[in-house]
Amino acid sequence: MADIPSDAPQHCPGTASEQAGKTSACQGCPNQNLCSSGATKAPDPAIEEIAEKMLTVKHKILVLSGKGGVGKSTFSAHLAHALASDATKEVALLDVDICGPSIPRIMGLEGEQVHQSGSGWSPVYVEDNLAVMSIGFLLSSPDDAVIWRGPKKNGMIKQFLRDVDWGELDYLIVDTPPGTSDEHLSIVQYLSSARIDGAVIITTPQEVSLQDVRKEIRFCQKVQLPIIGVVENMSGFVCPKCKNTSQIFPPTTGGAERMCEEMNLTLLGRVPLDPRIGIQAYCLSHVPREESAG
Amino acid sequence: MEENNEGGNLAQVQHVVLILSGKGGVGKSTLTTELALALRHSGKKVGILDVDLCGPSIPRMLSVGKPEVHQCDLGWVPVYTDAQKSLALMSIGFLLEDPDEAVVWRGPKKTALIGQFVSDVAWGELDVLLVDTPPGTSDEHLAVLENLKKQHKVDGAILITTPQAVSTGDVRREITFCKKTGLRILGIVENMSGFVCPHCSECSNIFSKGGGEELAKLTGSVYLGSVPLDPLLTTSIEEGKDFIQTFPDSATFSAINSIAQTLLTSIQNP
Repeated sequence: MADIPSDAPQHCPGTASEQAGKTSACQGCPNQNLCSSGATKAPDPAIEEIAEKMLTVKHKILVLSGKGGVGKSTFSAHLAHALASDATKEVALLDVDICGPSIPRIMGLEGEQVHQSGSGWSPVYVEDNLAVMSIGFLLSSPDDAVIWRGPKKNGMIKQFLRDVDWGELDYLIVDTPPGTSDEHLSIVQYLSSARIDGAVIITTPQEVSLQDVRKEIRFCQKVQLPIIGVVENMSGFVCPKCKNTSQIFPPTTGGAERMCEEMNLTLLGRVPLDPRIGIQAYCLSHVPREESAG
Repeated sequence: MEENNEGGNLAQVQHVVLILSGKGGVGKSTLTTELALALRHSGKKVGILDVDLCGPSIPRMLSVGKPEVHQCDLGWVPVYTDAQKSLALMSIGFLLEDPDEAVVWRGPKKTALIGQFVSDVAWGELDVLLVDTPPGTSDEHLAVLENLKKQHKVDGAILITTPQAVSTGDVRREITFCKKTGLRILGIVENMSGFVCPHCSECSNIFSKGGGEELAKLTGSVYLGSVPLDPLLTTSIEEGKDFIQTFPDSATFSAINSIAQTLLTSIQNP
């Protein structure tokens, strides 16, 4: 884990990294000796703080893919809504895609803001039992770009887990960006003392997607993250006029089904391409917006 | 990473264009590949630098298999798709022993490799170097831009979007990235722009409609054109076939070629 002080030199490897005090970026830094002595490599206290916070969260599910644009956020949003349709369940959706936060738009929560209270940041409630948090709520304009390197993104994710007043939850769904990098390592590491139930992996049928998804599966195996199963999205398109099915993203290598057989994973299901999702995603919230509690 | 290169490995590369999007899965790698093939088809010497370290798609799309990357005095020799060396490639995909191996690196390590990719690949003479990027506005994008700028070598960026708001919403942020970093926006391309059913020719707007043009208007950018959803293209890409050779008369190729020619005009006459 890399903690970067705000006044660190550029390319600071992080005070807790193995390279702390030893890289060329460390030359001349006033903390160089402290870092290279090993004093800064103690485990991040945030991990225990987060574990404490997560004691009131029964189930934690990560939604992953190696590939971008396969429908992670769409699936996460629909899963959150489906779980929250049982009014006795408390559900939350955490969006850790720091550069491309899609969840506010998909949940119909654009323009909402996060409020601070004594017990931390209040997430935005789209329904009484469905809370959402995303960096999207911290940006003041739809044009704002989050041009952050890895360490700063990690810090944000730590805050999302530690400082948001999640309350008691039955389910915490975590939507992630594509890849196997800082965000993914951080979410796994910060939740390492809190049990993650597992990951749902999203793919589309074609090999160009599967080749990235296999890497994500390897990542899960490397960090010992259980895989609940795989969802094949954009699986065929039924023409609304003639009702014939076209494989727009063709499963040239057997699609998710064959990959799951080969890697001994569960295929949770297939979701077809439906133009209504593109429109509905924008209007997914059915509840009129209310002022968040201060 | 060398600083103050005199000449250096980009000295004989005439133009460098980044292919960006804020959004994943919009077709950056597909369009990078197709634009490269279209430019080659019109007689240009082209290179592709793939800086998507976690999900390198370019090797498969050009079906170069698992070649070895050799070193020469000037650095790494790029992988060529043919004996004529008309299309040169570099990707982390070529450096992995196992294609399913995950590259689980944090930012600083990605930054370091991208620095090497920019300065230590012996591209030789190229008319255009296209740089395929992962989605986002983070380490890879900062690294590639900073390193290219050290060699004063970046004409600008093309931004790819799909029509729907979820995509243009991210691309707006990428446009801000370009403005903040002083990267010229050469134009916006709308990909997956409608699907014509091969059975009945009905056009369905699977990913909604119009977002690319609206985005261009909203942000004062040039709209380069749109490319439809075409299963023949997606199959070609899957199989690493040259779509232009296989389907030279298709409307999709015509759209891609038009974008390639507009791009060429734009970078040759800044």
